[in-house]
Amino acid sequence: MAKVKIPPVLRPSVSGMSEVEVEGSSVGDVLHALAEQHPETKEQLFSAEGDLNKYVNVYVNDEDVRVQDGLETGVAAGDTVVILPAMAGGSSSPA
Amino acid sequence: MEGRPALTQPRKCCPDMIGIIGSTPMVELKHLSPKESVRVFAKLEFYNPTGSVKDRIAKAMIEQAEADGAIEPGQTILEPTSGNTGISLGMICRLKGYPLEVVMPENVTEERTKLLHMYGAEITYSEGSKGSNGAVELALEMAGKDPKYYMPYQYGNQANPDAHYNGTAPEIIDELGTDIAAFVAGLGTGGTLMGNGRRLKENNPGTQIVAAEPLQGEDVQGLRSLEDGFIPPIIDISLLDRKILVSNRDGIVWTQKLFFEEGIFAGVSSGAIASVAARIAGELDEGNVVFLVADDGWKYLSTDLWIKSVDELENVDSTVWW
Repeated sequence: MAKVKIPPVLRPSVSGMSEVEVEGSSVGDVLHALAEQHPETKEQLFSAEGDLNKYVNVYVNDEDVRVQDGLETGVAAGDTVVILPAMAGGSSSPA
Repeated sequence: MEGRPALTQPRKCCPDMIGIIGSTPMVELKHLSPKESVRVFAKLEFYNPTGSVKDRIAKAMIEQAEADGAIEPGQTILEPTSGNTGISLGMICRLKGYPLEVVMPENVTEERTKLLHMYGAEITYSEGSKGSNGAVELALEMAGKDPKYYMPYQYGNQANPDAHYNGTAPEIIDELGTDIAAFVAGLGTGGTLMGNGRRLKENNPGTQIVAAEPLQGEDVQGLRSLEDGFIPPIIDISLLDRKILVSNRDGIVWTQKLFFEEGIFAGVSSGAIASVAARIAGELDEGNVVFLVADDGWKYLSTDLWIKSVDELENVDSTVWW
């Protein structure tokens, strides 16, 4: 099982939970399993073509999957998958 | 000048503070490098006049706008910022005669507000719960409604990465040649990573370009929906080899380490970036890792982060640190 951390913006779609445990050996498997358990997340996570939505960032153990293998990125038992909305950074320090 | 006695011209003196931007020093981290065969170097951008890397891009964006004929003294400059870009623009616009307005989240540290006021900038605050996204959204709206504004827009202005392509990166290459295994910088507008990344990859295609990305606290993730998300237009993610999330807590712990173990008085983003540089250094067998220290610690002094443990600090997750 992988731990999936849910951002506040998606929590209404997962009964308010901040963390969900799901099975899967890749990011795609994990997110599809999440969407199966909580159907309202599906169209927020995936585009009509089945890709990861533009404004969704997904990290496995803190590394962005978009610069790895995308939805094919491997997930091992005990890994933490973090979902975050794409945010403007600032400033590099503030700024 | 006529009637004035001819004086000896100094050899290196700059005509003004804008002229001393860039050419920052690099220092080796002897204590925080995880292994002897890997050397870790910090590029100290707080040696710029207002204490941050943003002096480079503010100068480049204003000078580019001048060269394009887009602005002339008296024109009001408007920019969304979480602080440093505003402060850099504050100094430059004051010297060049441009009124400045900045849009900034309400939950930044108080030093930034004070400095901006000192430079004469007008501040419009955006909703703190929306973080930097809120500042961008509001500034775009203001610029769209009122033609008096010229917005450099650091998130979409090519002069931002170009300042690094033509400035920061050649300085790093001048120090280390092609022997750069990895370059680590913070991901905000993307300008630092894109400009340095392109130049360093041209210099050595094997150089890993690594982004340290802030894990914004939940209190500043106040989006109504994912469609409110924002990807700075200048970012080309394909240029990155790694993109690593760092929590505010880790950033603060490493900001303390930089200060106490290496004597580097840096801001919180630099701590976060240093933590990623150490992680990358730990994964390499040998080579040089360069990371960018984006600003100094003065603007965070009111947070007491060097005299309290991270557990004692307040508002760790609700402050926009970078």
